[in-house]
Amino acid sequence: MSKQTETGAAAPETLRTPLYDLHVAQGGRMVPFAGYHMPVQFPAGIIAEHTHTRTRAGLFDVSHMGQAWLSSPDDISVLMERLVPGEIQALKPGRIRYTQLLNDDGGIIDDLMLTKFEAPSGGERLFCVVNAACKDGDFAHMSERLGSGITIDRLEDRALIAVQGPGAAAALSRLLEGIETMPFMSARPMTHDGADIMVSRCGYTGEDGYELSVPADRAAAFTENIVALEEVMPIGLGARDTLRLEAGLCLYGHDIDETTSPIEGALEFSIGKRRREEGGFPGAKRVQGELANGPSRRRVGIRPEGRAPAREGAEIINVAGEAVGTVTSGGFGPTVEGPVAMGYVRADHAQTGTKVQLSVRGREMPAEIADMPFVPQRYYRPAKG
Amino acid sequence: MSTVKYSEDHEWIRIDGDVATVGITDHAQEQLGDVVFVDLPAVGTQVEKGGDAAVVESVKAASEVYAPITGEIVEVNSDLEGEPSKVNAEAESGGWFMKIKIADTSELESLMDEAAYKELVAQED
Repeated sequence: MSKQTETGAAAPETLRTPLYDLHVAQGGRMVPFAGYHMPVQFPAGIIAEHTHTRTRAGLFDVSHMGQAWLSSPDDISVLMERLVPGEIQALKPGRIRYTQLLNDDGGIIDDLMLTKFEAPSGGERLFCVVNAACKDGDFAHMSERLGSGITIDRLEDRALIAVQGPGAAAALSRLLEGIETMPFMSARPMTHDGADIMVSRCGYTGEDGYELSVPADRAAAFTENIVALEEVMPIGLGARDTLRLEAGLCLYGHDIDETTSPIEGALEFSIGKRRREEGGFPGAKRVQGELANGPSRRRVGIRPEGRAPAREGAEIINVAGEAVGTVTSGGFGPTVEGPVAMGYVRADHAQTGTKVQLSVRGREMPAEIADMPFVPQRYYRPAKG
Repeated sequence: MSTVKYSEDHEWIRIDGDVATVGITDHAQEQLGDVVFVDLPAVGTQVEKGGDAAVVESVKAASEVYAPITGEIVEVNSDLEGEPSKVNAEAESGGWFMKIKIADTSELESLMDEAAYKELVAQED
């Protein structure tokens, strides 16, 4: 049997998150990922971890991600809108926005979450969470583009813990009172046992859930308290990937990158009306042109027939035998109980139901363009009235 | 009376007369994690020692399974089509992959016995 190569070798400077010892104690299989030792799975295994998150609740260490406060003597929202296409000025305090840092060609440098708060010194500031592998580049890009106008306070002394699943709200509310009624995509500073915790109701699984920014020196004890809740078990990177793939969510560097625009990436939901009309962000010309005329290629969901998974890199071929695209993420969806994938296809093949073939190990495998998410999103919406 | 041998690629090979039954070891399935698909060769295929014979897909990745000996595929385990998780649950019994008609018995000499394989696994850990 061949050795698996997806993890690569650990660089000597591979870092540990504040939860490293806990992962090892819990039997996590540690692999190098984005410069950190991270658990790819725990003894339960990827399918059991995935299913547990969909039915109850899972805890994920995402401390490798980059956290920062962004502030400015000027209006930080106006400044950040020079770098991202998202509506930041109209974002209300305590609300989270998903958006992308764009290059001048409209390609995606990274995707990120921005949360607005009132600054202690007056005005507003943004709490920012970016991808681990991109964080140094992202913050350098912000500094370079915005100069002395922006102050970036990186929170290297904080862990980030995600708790996801239909049981997350009930479980966490026993530790953090009132958490269960927070709207989806809202955030609130709270305290637990004297520790300042930033609670955001969002996630990367398609389920209801939270991300908790916790002081590094309190993270292990806090995590142990969460895992002790009967609904919650620890989840590794393997299940994190199958959960986000079934939810139709992009993995940066695979499903979106510096060549793909947000419109090609089917992320136009994240660009507000005013921004579409006014532009004023890098690559606005391309983005506005693709909004008006349609992009030449499009990110779509793909359902292979049969049981064989199609992985990243598999070529997508149309009924006439022409290459029309490439799979960017693919694997087995434990909730779907079958293979699922996403990728880019020529725009005239992006319609749901289009029959295609996927080239897997030199053989063509029938598949169909499919709607995403592959499983219904179950984000929390408070009852009206 | 059958003999069981092991390859450096973490396969077990049970030899009954001129037929070898091949699967992946329990250590290998543990390293792979949950198996979701096994791509088996067609009966009648000629395989060569060290050449591609099958593919086992876990949730995480696809891994090649090499033929531990040269010969003809005479049977494959059709149970794995509907129940690939048998590779995890019964790696060294019901989770077998294929039966190969042995072309050259001298190739068996380079395979390990159980003690040597256990030592190899211990060194890897």
